[in-house]
Amino acid sequence: MTATSNYPLPQPDAQTRAYWDGCAAGILKYQSCAHCGRVQLIPRALCEQCQSADLEWQESARLGTVLSYTTVHRAPLAVFKAMAPYVIALVDMDEGFRVMANAKAEAVPGMEIGARVRIGFAQVEGMALPIVEARQ
Amino acid sequence: MTMNAYITGAYDTAIGELPGSSCMALHAEAAMGAIGDAGLQLSDIDGVLCAYSFTQPHLMLGSVFCEYLGIHPGACFAIQAGGASACIMIMQAAALVASCQCSHVLVVTGDNRLTGMSRNGAVAALSEVGHPQFERPFGISVPAAYALVAQRYMHEYGVTSEQLAAIAVEHRRHAGRHPKAHMRAPLSIEQVLASKKIADPLHMLDCCLISDGGAALVVSSRDAARDSRNKTVEILGAGQGHTHEHIVAAPSLVDYGCKASSAAAFARAGVRPSDIDVAQIYDSFTITLAVELESIGFFERGQAGAAAAAGELGLRGSLPCNTHGGLLSYGHSGAAGGMFHAVEAVRQLRGDAQERQVDDARLAFLHGDGGILSAHCSLVLGA
Repeated sequence: MTATSNYPLPQPDAQTRAYWDGCAAGILKYQSCAHCGRVQLIPRALCEQCQSADLEWQESARLGTVLSYTTVHRAPLAVFKAMAPYVIALVDMDEGFRVMANAKAEAVPGMEIGARVRIGFAQVEGMALPIVEARQ
Repeated sequence: MTMNAYITGAYDTAIGELPGSSCMALHAEAAMGAIGDAGLQLSDIDGVLCAYSFTQPHLMLGSVFCEYLGIHPGACFAIQAGGASACIMIMQAAALVASCQCSHVLVVTGDNRLTGMSRNGAVAALSEVGHPQFERPFGISVPAAYALVAQRYMHEYGVTSEQLAAIAVEHRRHAGRHPKAHMRAPLSIEQVLASKKIADPLHMLDCCLISDGGAALVVSSRDAARDSRNKTVEILGAGQGHTHEHIVAAPSLVDYGCKASSAAAFARAGVRPSDIDVAQIYDSFTITLAVELESIGFFERGQAGAAAAAGELGLRGSLPCNTHGGLLSYGHSGAAGGMFHAVEAVRQLRGDAQERQVDDARLAFLHGDGGILSAHCSLVLGA
């Protein structure tokens, strides 16, 4: 992935820092609710199902199934134009949370709805972002 | 059932590429036009609702507009719900008049998105609806998010790009009957499929336009509506549905808040989808309309595209839809995009739609969708 200084990098906040620190360490983390067991799609201060603040961080096995994907030809920002065409995928992880990510070149030929994939990490401007890898 | 609220005035400005236009001037023209259409004086307006602007963004657009126009209403604020804004403004205006807080509420929208900013600028600004941490770092855009919806929908129901393209073709046919429409030249399915790829499976002609323009309505209480010179349109039912903002957090990629919003609006009005004579439904992309038509219950799952190809959304079809040409061909100017649908619904119910007129149109369905099928508002209007 080509990166420039205008990349809209994630700005971790108090609730998401553990997620992004995990990515930097090669670990994909997700939140689960100690009260009702709900797995969150996006880390936050309380459970989206029961509003309990009793949340726990879990480690994902990083395997999931492609829910949908698109190949973007018309990039919204100049920084992405050099990358186009690029794939954006929604991956339903086996643990029940969902990840949006780009795909490594090796994963693009096999990209289809229902495909089993692994989430790895790509270094972008000093940050590790999740990226879809081929499973094998 | 009644909501004790009536649309007494409606107006839309010219649309398309309007050099010399500005956000506030479009607002003012639309406002004065709607008030004049209702046969009212500016001093009759005691409530003002605005939405948002890309070319003149402000924390308090309602106040900015009232200052610009020179009025001092008893109620004034701005509503921001993306493409659902226009319908939600109308629903809120209805609540203000039904509760006797206001007599005549002006709902006004407009933006010069085409000449006031570059197309690149508009696309970049819109991409900011993506989640700053969990979507935007991956180059998400509004079309790309809708493409994720489209890919899944086509996979689940076997819908083809040709069928989605048929929706764009019918909208252009409608726009061809509207003298003001931004794009009127006839379109073929082949042209849609040959247009530039934006985000698979969506082509450029599956996407709405970017236009300059403004539109406004006046919503009045039952008593105050008697001051209006025009045939009034009654707001019979309204409802909203909200399931998520970001597509990564959508609970379903095939069912959205339009199901709840339309069910509430139909129930309130005491009618069914099959009773509707004409529909004006948010069509930011061909897939948007297909999903909404099915989720609302106008067509069976996976059948909206085939219905479009069979002419069912046409003037003589089973559900004449977006008879002005919609966002796809009439034009799209931010929050005004949804208000154009509302103005067209009023024209149809007044019998003023000229060569676009649906015979004996007595019940209209109006729907707006904001975000990535995130925020929905449905209205049922009656002649």
